[in-house]
Amino acid sequence: VEIISRHRNLTILLVVLFAQILGLAAQVRRPTDGGSVRLVRLWAVTAVTPLENAVVGAARWVAHVWSDYLYLRNVRTQNQQLRDELQRLRLEQVRLAEDASQARRLQALLDFKEQFISQTLAAQVISTTGSDFSRGLYLDKGARDGVKPDMPVITPQGIVGKIYRVYPHSSLVLVINDPSSGAGVILERSRLQGILQGTAAGETVLQNIMSDESVQPGDKVLTSGGDRIYPKGLPVGVVTKVGPGRDLFLNIRVRPAARLDRLEEVLVITHVEERAPAAEEANGPVRASDILAQRLPSVPQKPADDQDARNTAPVTGKPAAPGNPAALPNNSANKDTPR
Amino acid sequence: VAPHVSREHIEVYRFSLPVAIGIPLLAIFFQAFVPVRFPFFSYFDLPLLVTIFFAVARRSQVTGLLTGGLIGLAQDSLTHHPIGLYGIAKTVVGYGASSLGVKLDVENPTSRILVTFGFYLLHQLVYFAVAGGLVQESISWRWGHELVAGLANALLAVVLFALLDRFRQRT
Repeated sequence: VEIISRHRNLTILLVVLFAQILGLAAQVRRPTDGGSVRLVRLWAVTAVTPLENAVVGAARWVAHVWSDYLYLRNVRTQNQQLRDELQRLRLEQVRLAEDASQARRLQALLDFKEQFISQTLAAQVISTTGSDFSRGLYLDKGARDGVKPDMPVITPQGIVGKIYRVYPHSSLVLVINDPSSGAGVILERSRLQGILQGTAAGETVLQNIMSDESVQPGDKVLTSGGDRIYPKGLPVGVVTKVGPGRDLFLNIRVRPAARLDRLEEVLVITHVEERAPAAEEANGPVRASDILAQRLPSVPQKPADDQDARNTAPVTGKPAAPGNPAALPNNSANKDTPR
Repeated sequence: VAPHVSREHIEVYRFSLPVAIGIPLLAIFFQAFVPVRFPFFSYFDLPLLVTIFFAVARRSQVTGLLTGGLIGLAQDSLTHHPIGLYGIAKTVVGYGASSLGVKLDVENPTSRILVTFGFYLLHQLVYFAVAGGLVQESISWRWGHELVAGLANALLAVVLFALLDRFRQRT
């Protein structure tokens, strides 16, 4: 007792540290958040997110006024460039529609099941986790908006991550470059499947590809659908570096297609429908690119004559074949959607 | 490091309740919010700087460790990791910084740079030891990153501490 009273401060330090270590042990033993832990997180998130929402809202309003009403320099030139781009894309659309039609007929013959993104929710990124060790983002949509854990989060450019934790008015996204995240992916050219994982440095690497396989920088990486989180065929990124790795595997670095460090708006995929395609369907389910075009404010409305062009290619609007990523909806979303 | 000074010459400061609560909350808010627009800001650890500042100014080990612990736990609750990793690291830093504040003059910019740099590395070491050893989180120590981040935090501390000095009240 005398020793404790003589070293009162040190004793308090040890007691506080011991209490926290006990708390850690309890959480590690029971990975799902218990009631008290959940409550602590809820308090902290509730204290911080309203302020972040307010600041983000004010910043958006100022940016909107500036870019939409005040700063209109070069808008005419840009408009003309976009018209030219639209003409080019219309021609490409006709070609892709033919490919997609053929792929659907083959799928129907083989009784393939396709995944359709049938419902998404646009959300604003309001903050990060504030830690280099935890690469996560907070969204301004939560349980009251229908967000649930494990829902995939994407942008028109590519996948971002998955919903990790949900609060009433916000949710935490675990980004694909966090070391504890993983996604089932496939290389577009060689059709090799692997697992995309984050690193401590915030990079993304492709795991489980044997060293005797042919992988080249520039190869596109898509989701494989094997993880049952991300729908198949979404763009993930591009291979930037290939080298020898541990054991018999390659060390493959991937540059994410989505700009993970500069995200402002994302889409949460709230519902994915899985069904067999019908070869002769005239008005098929909506493509991912169409949903993105409708939900993101930066995408211009298509003019009326666009509809005429679409009538010439009635199969447009149907999903692409899983085995034909060149015609996947997200590839066209990548091209259609100016940012 | 600044020379040893006698206890009679060391000032002990206190802070009003709004400052004592508001500044750590603001630090956590900025730490989470600013990297959305400026990714390089994730190099800084504002809650750690605030922990060091309060601990050194108050010069009370118990208050220092409790302040550090609470700030760390609040920071933990925003991450997806178990709660307690930052809590333990900042408890140790709060205790250490207040102990140092009792013995050394840490008022001038040079000593503030050295103290912040040292405590940043201590903070990271404790975090890595707990996260890697106890919780088995997949993290790896990167010397280059830690040294650069330590230096960046030390330089920011000089500016930040000069601002926060305005809120100090002599006991």
